[in-house]
Amino acid sequence: MSNLTEIFKNHKAFIPFVVADDPDFDTTVANIVALADGGADIVEVGIPFSDPIADGAVIQAADLRAFASGVRTKTVFDIIAEARKQTTVPIVFLTYLNIVFKYGYDAFCQKCQALGVSGLVIPDMPYESKAEIMPAANKYGIDIIPLITPTSGHRIEKIAKNATGFIYVVSSLGITGERNEFFNGLKDLVSEIKNYTDVPTAIGFGVYTPEQAKTMASIADGVIIGSAIVDIVAREKQAAPKAVEAFTKAIRSAMDEGTKASV
Amino acid sequence: MTKLKEETQKARAGIYAGTYGGQYIPETLMTELEKVDKAFHTLKDDPDFKAELHDLLVNYANRPSLLYYAKNMTEDLGGAKIYLKREDLNHTGAHKINNVIGQALLAKHLGKKRLIAETGAGQHGVATATIAALFGMECEIFMGKEDTDRQKLNVYRMELLGAKVHPVTTGTMVLKDAINAALQEWATRSEDTFYVMGSAVGPYPFPEMVKHFQSVISKESKIQLKAKENTLPDMVVACVGGGSNAIGSFADYIDDPSVKLVGVEAAGKGVNTDKTAATIERGSVGIFHGMKSLFLQNEDGQINPVYSISAGLDYPGVGPEHAALAKEGRAQYVGITDDESVQAFEYIAKEEGIVAAIESCHAIAYVEKVAPTMSKDQIIVCTLSGRGDKDVASIAKYKGVDIDE
Repeated sequence: MSNLTEIFKNHKAFIPFVVADDPDFDTTVANIVALADGGADIVEVGIPFSDPIADGAVIQAADLRAFASGVRTKTVFDIIAEARKQTTVPIVFLTYLNIVFKYGYDAFCQKCQALGVSGLVIPDMPYESKAEIMPAANKYGIDIIPLITPTSGHRIEKIAKNATGFIYVVSSLGITGERNEFFNGLKDLVSEIKNYTDVPTAIGFGVYTPEQAKTMASIADGVIIGSAIVDIVAREKQAAPKAVEAFTKAIRSAMDEGTKASV
Repeated sequence: MTKLKEETQKARAGIYAGTYGGQYIPETLMTELEKVDKAFHTLKDDPDFKAELHDLLVNYANRPSLLYYAKNMTEDLGGAKIYLKREDLNHTGAHKINNVIGQALLAKHLGKKRLIAETGAGQHGVATATIAALFGMECEIFMGKEDTDRQKLNVYRMELLGAKVHPVTTGTMVLKDAINAALQEWATRSEDTFYVMGSAVGPYPFPEMVKHFQSVISKESKIQLKAKENTLPDMVVACVGGGSNAIGSFADYIDDPSVKLVGVEAAGKGVNTDKTAATIERGSVGIFHGMKSLFLQNEDGQINPVYSISAGLDYPGVGPEHAALAKEGRAQYVGITDDESVQAFEYIAKEEGIVAAIESCHAIAYVEKVAPTMSKDQIIVCTLSGRGDKDVASIAKYKGVDIDE
């Protein structure tokens, strides 16, 4: 088990997401550092997959830019190694199970440990399918971050009770990307999770603006933002790190403001 | 061998085989998948459900399909006796209807009002649109843009039946991308929607369910051949994309060791080229589309673009039970190229007066090769999975014939 849970003890955690090698190696390294400098608590790095079935158009397009840059699994590890020279920010990977499976569960988790990557978010690995990766994850102290969604229902108990690191609470049905409306039972969903575990919760999928981040921070222990940042990278390209840092600061202060207001 | 057999049994049951099968799908869909699993296992042996299914198969889909003795082909090839299981004569012109009726009935029992499906060649989409019309359900079909272009006739048929067809423009714009899009749609809206999976792929229980509903093919052919020849076939041949008609053609013979089972994959420009869809021959173990199975992928696990002249076989994976049957050696899988299948398309038209789907012509091409090597007292049952009207324009184009569509 990693120390991810500790991060949520001080304040509401902000967890931004970037796709590795989008648009290139150096920009991704700089983006990770910029996110850390801007106040991110955990940086989620996406390892591109050819068929990202949980992702919307924005992240699909980022994956394509990364492939155009020639991204390999090894490239992603090199990016993290490079970023590690400049930041100690906690990092988790988001990727699809085939990428991990092909690398080898043991070798992949060992690599994560060596790079200081604390956890894995794998959208196509539900609770029932995680048994095969758990021996390797436990061996190297890597948290497998579970997802709980508005449709999880009776599954919430077993998922929450077995969670480590943090719990990724999916804000609404469907795929990643900007949205104006979220599942209206999010508060109840989070409080049900709290009945079963002390592991912190972070809400993601479709959170796009500082205002939305503030709202989500009032519901859960953390907020995950992906497409909004990936959009900045798409727009600013190599100049992205500066804009990414500014955006991170804006989110950070909106979340802190919300937390103070609710105290 | 014993251990492999055991694994295969588990894969057949669709449970965690450790080797093939499983449920690798976003959490958003898991509760729904549990409902489908429960409904399927409750209803499949329920007498009322079976009666309803049987009635539709007989009175709507035109079953049983003929087991036709292909006398001209048999004489021309000069070896084994060739029987064709005529799934092309089903209502909507392919085997796909067998499975769609079954799954749509499940959807009805689950109170669903809307059917969604992926389609490659369009046959599964047409079958789903047809049953949706019959049952008065909404229907939306996801089809790769590449396939909507090469199968325009089927797109129009689906629209005529009241379905909305979404051309999928992500990825390689073929069958796998259509499955991605359909899964995403299902994750967004599952409360009133049933995903009618067309092939023997996807997360458990889909491969088992598709096999169950397609096994009518082999159940019938076994009885029909017994009546005609009073024996089992020596070989059963069927084409394999995801593998639904093949698993249905094999199902009732798997426990008859004397029956050789041969699945014919689309080799495209050749098994050893990059332009192929021969998953079992060229693929490696991976996890995609909800299942652990064999996939054409690179060493990092990125799914490769695949190629075949046939939109229905243009898929980078294969159903988990086929992967298990191949591993165990119970079934054999061979590749047939574009050129060979086009030649078979012309051959069966001229010999037997049957315009068969280009997918099925992959199986026919293999029969042309293997029948002459067998003796005259041996019997091949080859499944003609669909009719070829949809392919006439594109085969003409392939042959350089200019016809006005």
